[in-house]
Amino acid sequence: MKQIKIPKLAVWKFTSCDGCQLSILDLEDHLLEIGQRIEIAYFLEASSRKVKGPYDISLVEGSISTPEEEETIHKIRKQSKFLIAIGACATAGGIQALRNFRDVAEFQKIVYPNPEYIETLKYATPISHHVRVDLELRGCPINKTHVLEVISALLIGRKPSLPHHSVCIECKKRGNPCILVSKGILCMGPVTSAGCGAICPAYNRGCYGCFGPSESPNLHAFISLAQRLGITNSTLIHALRSFNAFADSFREASIYLEASEES
Amino acid sequence: MEPKAYILARESFEALLQSLKSRGYTLIGPTIRDDVLWYAEIQSVEDFPIGWTDVQGPGQYRLQKQDRDTLFGFTVAANTWKSFLFPPRLLLWRSKRTENGIEFEQPTRSIPKLALIGVRACELAAIQVQDRVFLQQEFVDPEYQARREQAFILAVNCGTAAATCFCTSLGTGPKASNGYDLALTELPDGKRLLIEVGSEQGDEVIQDLPVHPAKPADLQEAEQVIQNTVSQITRELQTEGLQTFLYAQYENPHWDEVAKRCLTCGNCTLVCPTCFCSTVEDRSDLSGDLAERWRTWDSCFSLEFTYLHGGPIRTSAKARYRHWLLHKLATWIDQFGTLGCVGCGRCITWCPAGIDLTEEVRSLQRLAHREVDHAKS
Ligand code: SF4
Ligand code: SF4
Ligand code: SF4
Ligand code: SF4
Repeated sequence: MKQIKIPKLAVWKFTSCDGCQLSILDLEDHLLEIGQRIEIAYFLEASSRKVKGPYDISLVEGSISTPEEEETIHKIRKQSKFLIAIGACATAGGIQALRNFRDVAEFQKIVYPNPEYIETLKYATPISHHVRVDLELRGCPINKTHVLEVISALLIGRKPSLPHHSVCIECKKRGNPCILVSKGILCMGPVTSAGCGAICPAYNRGCYGCFGPSESPNLHAFISLAQRLGITNSTLIHALRSFNAFADSFREASIYLEASEES
Repeated sequence: MEPKAYILARESFEALLQSLKSRGYTLIGPTIRDDVLWYAEIQSVEDFPIGWTDVQGPGQYRLQKQDRDTLFGFTVAANTWKSFLFPPRLLLWRSKRTENGIEFEQPTRSIPKLALIGVRACELAAIQVQDRVFLQQEFVDPEYQARREQAFILAVNCGTAAATCFCTSLGTGPKASNGYDLALTELPDGKRLLIEVGSEQGDEVIQDLPVHPAKPADLQEAEQVIQNTVSQITRELQTEGLQTFLYAQYENPHWDEVAKRCLTCGNCTLVCPTCFCSTVEDRSDLSGDLAERWRTWDSCFSLEFTYLHGGPIRTSAKARYRHWLLHKLATWIDQFGTLGCVGCGRCITWCPAGIDLTEEVRSLQRLAHREVDHAKS
């Protein structure tokens, strides 16, 4: 068998909660083998060992929220052959992107006794707003099996199999009845990307939208359906403004709803 | 020849279930789960949703308790029999890289012998539609075939209809006409079941049971049940000339209107008892030595469904909805010689947006006529 050069992997962190990195560490049964197949060259959450770049694969967690981060992400891009943004922060700005809807200077004044020490950007933004991203793994947090899938696929040069259709399709394949229809529960499934395996509807909870907008979300139709269910606009705005609040279609819909609330 | 018909006392229904069980069948029948009617494995009549009924409407579903102790006082369940004959996820093969090259291995699984308890006439028609797809084309699906050939079908003639039912427009119900082993009608006194025999297997099962031959009056009573159900059906789909009509509607402006409401969520295809699409997913492990190919349900509402070199073909919601409706009601006929719709109403109930294909067809017709009127004036 042909021995291929062992690829080098780096895991980076920007503004985030570390949950996605923990999901990688949570691949317990596979970590040893991953360590044999690829060199974990930089992963501070796991080890203080730092091997210099360039890297074959970079996994990037977190959103870009400070001027320093803005600089660093460009350096990382230059050192990375294949850059993968992981999680809602890196792919949509994350929960901290909620500040994008308000004046960040106001927040600084309210939260910090000495706001002048805080250096922050006006917006918390996904990695793709700054550099070219080769692949995005959605979710808050990511689905650890997607990490395994992507690494396994890259190692043999095949296309990773990651779904982008609605959660509903996963929900039906899992054998859940639709709780939106049977119980009138607000479920973000019809506009959210699959990836979690429709966990929440399986436990009679509406989908929270952790994996962000699906490949073709129709927010216009979703707003009408929520209104038909008797969901108030403010509840709907809250549902849209969570982990993926700043993702294009969710953001536009919540801004539209907010404007129609005010008028 | 008239089908043989018998009367079975309602309290002996359990004997029928147990007779099937003793013949090695796994019983799949109606249950209640998470506030919906759901076909699942059952052990006895105890698992039945006795006295429950369903209230369905576009994008709406609720269960209701009735004051009658009916066994089958509801209509079609939220899920379909296809989940058992055409499972949502199936491992097709595994491969292993060895010293001597790649070895392929077909999974060995024991195919369960299923008795489907309470198959409605429209659902039976849907199974026959899928038979055409999986068994009567150039390539036969061995997995479907194995499940289907062993299956015992206990049909139920509907004693009630939901607001979403329109089997009468398609000639598929509410009475099962063929393709069952036994067909049952719950008579109005709640004490007797009329059972019609449709196959040798059905006949054998009947031999085990404390039945007596049905009298003409019993048959009349059963017929009355069916007529009563027919009179409850209000939804309609005009099928005459529909295929030709739809083929001429490529540019009908109504597609844009329905696209505004369609979430492209795919529910309508996955709850449909006739939709048969699947995709394959290839997996490999970290070593690259083991690979697996899985078959899973697919939907023409996903973008990947039409992915060709360079991108998907049906990108807009309009194109996807139009494709769906046209497949169900027009191209299916060219492909398989029947409609792809049996009138069960599931796509209407389980569409979160409450889109109703019978309404959409009427809207298309209205707009088309308006255009014709315009052209004339
Ligand atoms: S429960 Fe939610 S995810 Fe599941 S089918 Fe209904 S809307 Fe879609
Ligand atoms: S309607 Fe769509 S999912 Fe259903 S059989 Fe046709 S192409 Fe397949
Ligand atoms: S298209 Fe709708 S009504 Fe027709 S068989 Fe499918 S789910 Fe039932
Ligand atoms: S018609 Fe309804 S169920 Fe079908 S994809 Fe559109 S919104 Fe979803």
